[in-house]
Amino acid sequence: MKIKSLTRTSAPPGDGAVRQPRNLDPAHHPFERAREYTRALNAVKMERMFAAPFVGQLGDGHVDGVYSMAKDPGSLERFASGSGDGVVKVWDLTSREEVWNTRAHDNVVRGLCWTPERKLLSCATDKTVKVWDPYNGEKKGLPLATYLGQGAFTDISHHRDRPTFAASSSTISIYDLSRPSSGPSQVLRWPTSTDTITAVSFNQTETSILASAALDRAIVLYDLRTSSPVSKAILRLASNAISWNPMEAFNFAAANEDHNIYIFDMRKLDRALNVLKDHVAAVMDVEFSPTGEELVSASYDRTIRLWNRDRGHSRDIYHTKRMQRVFSVRFTADNKYVLSGSDDGNVRLWRVNASDRSGVKSARQRQKLEYDQALVRRYAHMPEIRRIKRHRHLPKTIKKATEIKGEELKSIKRKEENVRKHSKKGSMPRQSEREKMILGTEK
Amino acid sequence: METLVENGDGQLTIQNLQSPTKRRPTSTLTAEDKENQKQVAEARKKYGRGRPVRINEVRDKKLRANLKRIENKYRTAVLNAKDAEILYENQEGFLQPESELEKTYKVRQADILDAIGVQQANKAVDFRLDLGPYVSDYTRNGRSLLLAGRKGHIATCEWRAGKPGCELHLNETVRDAKWLHNDQYFAVAQKKHTYIYDHAGVEIHCLKKYVETTHLEFLPYHFLLAGVENSGFLRYTDTSTGQVVAEHPTRKGAPTALAQNPYNAILHVGHQHGTVSLWSPNSTTPLVKIQSNAGPVRSIAIDRSGHYMLCGGQDLRLKLWDLRALKEVHSYRTHQPASSIDISDRGLAAIGSGTGVTIWKDLFTASTSVDPIKVQSPYLNWGNEGRRVERVRFCPFDDILGISHAEGFSSIVVPGAGEPNYDALEANPYETRKQRQEAEVQSLLTKLQPETIALDPNFIGTLDIRSAEQRKQEKDLDAPPVDPLAKLKERNRGRGKNSAIRRHLRKKGGKNIVDEKRLRLEEMKKERMERGKEKLKKDQVDLGPALARFARKGA
Repeated sequence: MKIKSLTRTSAPPGDGAVRQPRNLDPAHHPFERAREYTRALNAVKMERMFAAPFVGQLGDGHVDGVYSMAKDPGSLERFASGSGDGVVKVWDLTSREEVWNTRAHDNVVRGLCWTPERKLLSCATDKTVKVWDPYNGEKKGLPLATYLGQGAFTDISHHRDRPTFAASSSTISIYDLSRPSSGPSQVLRWPTSTDTITAVSFNQTETSILASAALDRAIVLYDLRTSSPVSKAILRLASNAISWNPMEAFNFAAANEDHNIYIFDMRKLDRALNVLKDHVAAVMDVEFSPTGEELVSASYDRTIRLWNRDRGHSRDIYHTKRMQRVFSVRFTADNKYVLSGSDDGNVRLWRVNASDRSGVKSARQRQKLEYDQALVRRYAHMPEIRRIKRHRHLPKTIKKATEIKGEELKSIKRKEENVRKHSKKGSMPRQSEREKMILGTEK
Repeated sequence: METLVENGDGQLTIQNLQSPTKRRPTSTLTAEDKENQKQVAEARKKYGRGRPVRINEVRDKKLRANLKRIENKYRTAVLNAKDAEILYENQEGFLQPESELEKTYKVRQADILDAIGVQQANKAVDFRLDLGPYVSDYTRNGRSLLLAGRKGHIATCEWRAGKPGCELHLNETVRDAKWLHNDQYFAVAQKKHTYIYDHAGVEIHCLKKYVETTHLEFLPYHFLLAGVENSGFLRYTDTSTGQVVAEHPTRKGAPTALAQNPYNAILHVGHQHGTVSLWSPNSTTPLVKIQSNAGPVRSIAIDRSGHYMLCGGQDLRLKLWDLRALKEVHSYRTHQPASSIDISDRGLAAIGSGTGVTIWKDLFTASTSVDPIKVQSPYLNWGNEGRRVERVRFCPFDDILGISHAEGFSSIVVPGAGEPNYDALEANPYETRKQRQEAEVQSLLTKLQPETIALDPNFIGTLDIRSAEQRKQEKDLDAPPVDPLAKLKERNRGRGKNSAIRRHLRKKGGKNIVDEKRLRLEEMKKERMERGKEKLKKDQVDLGPALARFARKGA
């Protein structure tokens, strides 16, 4: 008879080093699913517990509201903001302090942008565009160059590689930076349009394409190569800002007065790719993240919302008691922070992921965070987890406004359905939500 | 070669037509491929979680790509788990006959002790204790032993190191004793109430609700202490919060046996007339009732996979049940009623009946095939020396069987009983103090709610296939919670005995589930009673001494 028996000693075998052997046999690990779900539930609760999106404000802010902001595409540190009293400030993002400021204009600074040579362009309602050198020039210096225009400028955008920029007023004027203080080298406009153009934006990938939004509710695309407008879409209400997707050169987002953000394909303006609905007041600014996956929007309802490009509703909402109407919002180039400029004159810094922390993490901590995220993703369909993940504290006004808006929309829909019920079959076809707001397109 | 030839009649015929050959597969599997396939299949069988999705049947392109990626991940995980087997440190014990004529059941305990190492042989001990038949329990990692004598003697020890824990003389009847989640706490079912003691033997809780508890069970992942009483009540207490989670009347008289299913935390209660009922804290009625034996069920045990149950009855029958199909597989005869059964991690069943213990091997593995083979002879025998066996328990992760009997406690070596390779993050026989503390915190963090106990423990996280309407109702989880009792509170007709609260308690009170709602209801009822009494008193005073007798309650 062969006999062998397990021999377990009272002390662990070997030297004193603590070992933790594993046995992955599923029979050893009962209630696998239930325990994993409990862990996912804990993870999603922790995520909400650690959610603290607000980092701080930059310096002491501005005296007047912040209506324009620009990030330096060549630097993670420098950031410029312009306010209603004509002051332009440049900030150092690492120390969150002001490094340069000037009283650039007599009036509201409506547009700011950086050139690849790290000069700062500012345009204002006082009909001037000025070129500044915050990296070298001392404070309160004079501008390097000034360009004069016919009307008040509303927005400015620099070309990707050529030394030209576009400034919008009732037309879009293309200026050449290599010929300082001259008139525009090209003037672009839709032949029939007369209203003020409120936003202009160069496509940074397809570099000669330019998009603009005007008060006549039109979104117009122009091509610099033919120096002519290409196509036009008229929406129900005017758009306030336009942002190109940095990863998908043909897609852009428009922040609309009707509380929605529309994402369009520039080749097909008769239908939006997606409609982002959640704001309860006009959307004042929108920007794609550097990854092209997310968007951030600033609204007149005093909140900032973060969106996934392919989802219809926002994934997060940021607000503080003191933040007033938000007029501009930007991602930082490392996709980790969001900056917002509001009517109360402060420039605020927010985290893109509210529960994210930027400190150095140990490998175990990182592993744990990744595991938690994977768990939450895996059980995202469970109602309890979804509820916790979605829950946000909202200001009372926003909550009330959301309710009222929901009621209104419901009643409009109900009325429409009633009319449809009593009209000839097929005479009132239902319209897709993505096409509804487009009144017409022209080429 | 076939040729076209004209025959004499001017007809064309084909000559030398070759018969069609059987088509070969376009690409043959090399030996290596076959080996790989075999390896994957083996790994899937042990470590896989269900069948893989048939990817080529999925139409949606995006979904297909997604599923493919996930399936690949599962596949590598399964293979990695299989590969990790080479890290196992220990091999299981065995008792192997070398010829046809040798039988394992003829091997005496002394022969085994001679053949194995001294260190292991020293673990076979015999404690002579004279405070009545003893019950025993090992902790989940098998390190500590708890002995409880009927006449009130309690002793704990770290039995491998020979380190005594605490010793108590309670001076009253002890019916059962059970370790809680680790070796720091244990529960003892005493004459009237059930008590919880800590490692030093200090009484830290008295569970007054548990009256004359006969059997105790502890569900380690749910932190639930379950006790079944002489009156037939089954109670669950959450030991982390101290709340009574559920109380169910079994309505079958004094229970005779209790066991937990380690796979799904369902409790199996044996009754006087031979039925076994399956209970979860979520249902006031048994989930399943099985008529197992013709007399009282004396002992129940369920194997680790939760597939098989062994039931020993007073009718000298030992039944093997398939719990998935709820069918009896085999029935064995015992010489004396099986008073205690235990099943080890590796599937050895120890059956204590009368004064002896028989140990059976492969009871369950032989039953898995289509026509189950009935194992005819036991694996080992022990006893029959006049010591009535009270309880048998296998020590986890060791080849030791602890037998507590009328004259104390004996442990014997059973080669092949214990799981050789433990998982240190689940139950660690060598855990340090720090590890024990950390494991306690971790297990409390992942404590499972009693609602997750069901016959199929994997129902959590599965797809919700209920009606859209129901889902819509649940969708609005952010809506303020509707208080089901608010209506009752407002309604205060105060007429007749049939108050709204009382009716609610009677009809929808969820009789035995003690939750917040129930407590509130009871409080409300009490409050109302008080109010009624006060009003009666006031009315009596108002009416004066002569008319006081006309004052009515609740009018």
